[in-house]
Amino acid sequence: MSDSDLIVLRNIAKTYRRGEESISIFSDLNLTIPSGDFVAMMGPSGSGKTTLLNLLGGLDRPTSGTILFDGAPIEKLSESQLSAWRAANIGFIFQFYNLMPTMSAARNVELPLLLTSLSPSERKKRVKTALEVVGLDNRAGHKPKELSGGQQQRVAIARAIVADPKLILADEPTGDLDRTTAAEILEMLQLLNRELGKTIVMVTHDPAAAKYARRELHLDKGTFEERLT
Amino acid sequence: MSSLFRQIAAVVTMTIGGLPSRFWGSVTTVFSIALVVATLLAFLAMSNGFAKTVAGTGSDDIAMILGTGSEAELNSTMSSEAVRLLEESPGLARDATGRPIASPELYVVVGANRRAGGGEANVSLRGVTARAPELRPGFRLSSGRMFEPGTNEMIVGVGVVRQFNGFDLNTELQLGGSAWKVVGVFEVPGTVFDSELWADLPVVQSLFNRGPSVQALRARLESPASLAKVKAFVESEPRLQVDVKTEKQHFAGEAQSLQYLVYFGWALSITLGFGALAGALNTMYAAVEARSKELATLRAIGFGGFPAFVGAITESLVLALSGGLVGSAAAYLLFNGLTASTLGGGFTQVVFDFNIGPAQVLAGVQLALLLGLVGGIFPALRAARTPLLKLGAD
Repeated sequence: MSDSDLIVLRNIAKTYRRGEESISIFSDLNLTIPSGDFVAMMGPSGSGKTTLLNLLGGLDRPTSGTILFDGAPIEKLSESQLSAWRAANIGFIFQFYNLMPTMSAARNVELPLLLTSLSPSERKKRVKTALEVVGLDNRAGHKPKELSGGQQQRVAIARAIVADPKLILADEPTGDLDRTTAAEILEMLQLLNRELGKTIVMVTHDPAAAKYARRELHLDKGTFEERLT
Repeated sequence: MSSLFRQIAAVVTMTIGGLPSRFWGSVTTVFSIALVVATLLAFLAMSNGFAKTVAGTGSDDIAMILGTGSEAELNSTMSSEAVRLLEESPGLARDATGRPIASPELYVVVGANRRAGGGEANVSLRGVTARAPELRPGFRLSSGRMFEPGTNEMIVGVGVVRQFNGFDLNTELQLGGSAWKVVGVFEVPGTVFDSELWADLPVVQSLFNRGPSVQALRARLESPASLAKVKAFVESEPRLQVDVKTEKQHFAGEAQSLQYLVYFGWALSITLGFGALAGALNTMYAAVEARSKELATLRAIGFGGFPAFVGAITESLVLALSGGLVGSAAAYLLFNGLTASTLGGGFTQVVFDFNIGPAQVLAGVQLALLLGLVGGIFPALRAARTPLLKLGAD
């Protein structure tokens, strides 16, 4: 492992139980993602893309193996330690945006900052900056239902970056958007990666979306095949 | 403000803000809890009103003297000789002429027809002397005049006029085989005397064949402490077979007779409460399920499970509190001040007003909050344990 590696997966196995049956998703998965990378994770349905994303984000635990994040293993952390770790290191972007419907865009973006010791004025400043980055500072007071799908996803991106996490995990971020809006969102992710140096792992079915990443990883039958974009 | 409180505030804001989106489920829960609270308050109002009426009747500076072993006037008996002896007792207040302010009274049960719903009930006819009003603080004739001694005239309490047929002013009626005329309506507000008929003592003794005996002697004391002097006098006089209490002590015992209604009210409310609890549980589980993606998102961001727990409990308590307040308001509008009558200690009807005060509302709201807490705790635990993998669901 080099100093520049943000994530290292070693011999990861993941199985689920369905009644008496044990279903193996991967048995010996290895992967290294350097800091500043932008990876598009592709593969057929059921190949384990989202499972892998959940493992990387500390939302799920491997059955065996080690996940090193910045050189430290995360799979043994307690639930509360994992919560704190996610708050400090991970920004999530979901296919259906997952915004709080009763909160304004600004309040949605502020949510990760509530877990920090920042003062209200500092939080307000950060929220404003994040909304400016995604071009929605003029929509700060709007609730999600008052925004288009693309605008909602941009709010979700602002929420993902506002606490300045090291890793952004995006699960089909353009899956619910039309092609033009999807391109805008992907360009924004590309900008975050290239200009702000954010490490991004994006799960997608769409080969066109994958082209925006620095490299594509095709997951099938528990192994990766890598293609540079 | 610590991070935990900020998380809780955010989740509670989200939860309460989301209530309109679950409008009908929330309304059902509020309504079912309101029904439970209104039922409880109806019983408490009845009990409280009766207790207030009975308790309001007693006075500390009036001695209530009944035949030995008699808890109620109905089964007491006292000879005219005993009355004369008692009037000599030290400790009794006296007028300018030195006569004690005392009222020998005879208590007879007569039948009357209810105004609402018909049916017969027992009413007290009290044979009294001209001194009786002096021993009822607050007594006043609201219409008509006092009965003439030695005649078949009577005055009736306002409660009787309100609840029973045939006792209006100037009405002639038959009681105990004799004709009577109502010449006045009196009131002694907030007491059981409002539920009585009063007539001249010797006339009642004669027409109801009671001879010269009476059932009770009421006498004003020099002071509440003078009761001991009267008791000492009674104990030193072997011809007196009587028990002496203050009037307040006498009626406090009668107030206990409606306590069973309170127990019944609580039992019925708790039974209904189980139904409301099922409704609250259902609503809250549905609310938590509806929010599962939001809760999972917050957990993914780094929020703990405890704020989700607090958010769900808060929602449940808000719904329960709303139910409690709606139920209290409904009970107040429907029942407070409603006049009813029930069997008092003397097997006659006591007319009283339902009374809902702060203590009754507090009991209702406490029951509502208990339902909210119990109904919310399991859904709240589920909220705290929302699987993070619900994130992708839409």
